[in-house]
Amino acid sequence: MNRDYTPIELLAYVAAGLLEDNKSVFVGTGLPMIAGMLAQRTHAPGLLIIFEAGGIGPQVPVLPISVGDSRTFYRAVSASSMHDVMSASQSGYVDYGFLGAAQIDPYGNLNTTVIGDWSAPRARLPGSGGANDVGSLCWRTIIVMRQDRRRFVPKLDFITTPGYLDGPGARERAGLPAGSGPYRLITQLGMYGFDEQSRQMKLLATHPGVTVEEIRDNSSFELIVPEDVGTTEPPPPEARRIMREIDPTGMVIGK
Amino acid sequence: MSKTNKIISLQEAVQEFIHDGIHITFGGFTMQRHPMAFIREMVRQEKCKLIIYGHSPGIDVDMLIGAGAVKRVEVAYIGDELFVSPSPNFRRAVEEGSIQWEDYSNFGATLRLVAGALGLPFIPARTMLGSDMITQSGFEPEDRRADPKAAPQKHVLMECPFTGDKVILLPAVNPDVAVIHAQMVGRDGTVRILGQSYADDFVARAARRVVVTAEEIVSEEFIRQCPEQNCIPFFRVDAIVHVPYGAHPTACHGCYDYDPQHYAVYAEASRAGGDAFREYLGTYVHGASDHWDYLDRIGGTKQLSYLKADPAFGYNPGVRRR
Repeated sequence: MNRDYTPIELLAYVAAGLLEDNKSVFVGTGLPMIAGMLAQRTHAPGLLIIFEAGGIGPQVPVLPISVGDSRTFYRAVSASSMHDVMSASQSGYVDYGFLGAAQIDPYGNLNTTVIGDWSAPRARLPGSGGANDVGSLCWRTIIVMRQDRRRFVPKLDFITTPGYLDGPGARERAGLPAGSGPYRLITQLGMYGFDEQSRQMKLLATHPGVTVEEIRDNSSFELIVPEDVGTTEPPPPEARRIMREIDPTGMVIGK
Repeated sequence: MSKTNKIISLQEAVQEFIHDGIHITFGGFTMQRHPMAFIREMVRQEKCKLIIYGHSPGIDVDMLIGAGAVKRVEVAYIGDELFVSPSPNFRRAVEEGSIQWEDYSNFGATLRLVAGALGLPFIPARTMLGSDMITQSGFEPEDRRADPKAAPQKHVLMECPFTGDKVILLPAVNPDVAVIHAQMVGRDGTVRILGQSYADDFVARAARRVVVTAEEIVSEEFIRQCPEQNCIPFFRVDAIVHVPYGAHPTACHGCYDYDPQHYAVYAEASRAGGDAFREYLGTYVHGASDHWDYLDRIGGTKQLSYLKADPAFGYNPGVRRR
């Protein structure tokens, strides 16, 4: 099989495909920005990109390094403040939010705080930043992360960002907006949705060349794998060209 | 409501406004518009036992942690995003147990400052619910009780008495001092920020005293010409320091971009820690006779010209970021 695209390009392309035109999306550092910008330059020109530091609706010229850097509000409609964009999210204005994570559990709960015991961790991770706010307040979250047995765990060391917590209705019982929650999860192996009944992650499609065995082997918990599992579409040359325009020095897509 | 001359030197500002054990917050966000020159002066004057509040600091708080100056941080994130995340000194300090810390989300941490600025004891929100940030607390209740300025509890959960909605109550914070770096400040003290404020409007208003370092000090006549562009009125500001390039190596919208070369030097030193980080501080902080000497050490006018913002963009599209 001719695979001339990189895994990161595939992830960004698949993620971009989920973003609908004229919707709003919170984007974070790195791959989510590439996905948002790619969507905006292809099928979703009316996509409203929002950065948690205050940039609303920018025409992002090139990949920003920080969610607060000047590139994030270039030719924006608003360059305000964190509380402004977060309040908009709290009021239900943000459709999608991108998240990454060091650990995920079957309900899409995410850990970006510590590995090990929180009071004496083996590894301190960056912390929530805006991740918890995005996962709590956006309507649909899209999680993009690496998949392996250390990352896909039955129970997190720390829930930084709530997914479906421990099952149906749990988000609502905790006080989070009814109907909000994880929508899709994309890893280097495939794409997952979240089962309507159990709220656990469920495989939707593998990436080209990936087997279901590989998927199962790279999780410490048992994954829901339906009979019919599709295959994701790899990025066409035009999409790859646009991604290289967005990230010309390969800060993210070169990894 | 004083308009007496508030312009002082960086050294005086740190001497007069910062004491050991102070509760402090800084303006900016990750790699943008932190009062770095002020922070380097704090390290030079060996201030310590700092209690730092914020949402998403980066090299600013990491440098203070690396210098051994910090007792506790109550923040949502400490990192420089794609450059280095989490910040290495912070990471090491948490893993070694040498600082206290408390995790909030960005919105949660910012709302504490909003509450403080509004003169309220707490503020409700719908964020952080269901997460371990509400089941786990970073520092012990007895530490909270021992410090009258610390919030007695990390948060409280309640049902809204009007609607029954579950909400979190976040305790207000009123730091002893806020330090902000702005592009412009009037001689009277009125602050104008170009580009995003991040949360600096509330950072300034929550604190009991405010120090502003600025790229430019302008006449009161000028600052009164477009008042809607002004962020903080003079009577909220206690001291002003003229510090061109005072945010370096962080970016300052409209003035200069972040300095990827210096970030690489810092990241290497802070990842290594120990002697390597002491050497970094030796070169750029303790060994620099003043801010101007620091600027020479990071590459002088040639490097600063290289970082200069393009007026059409507010940043420099030509800066090599990798």
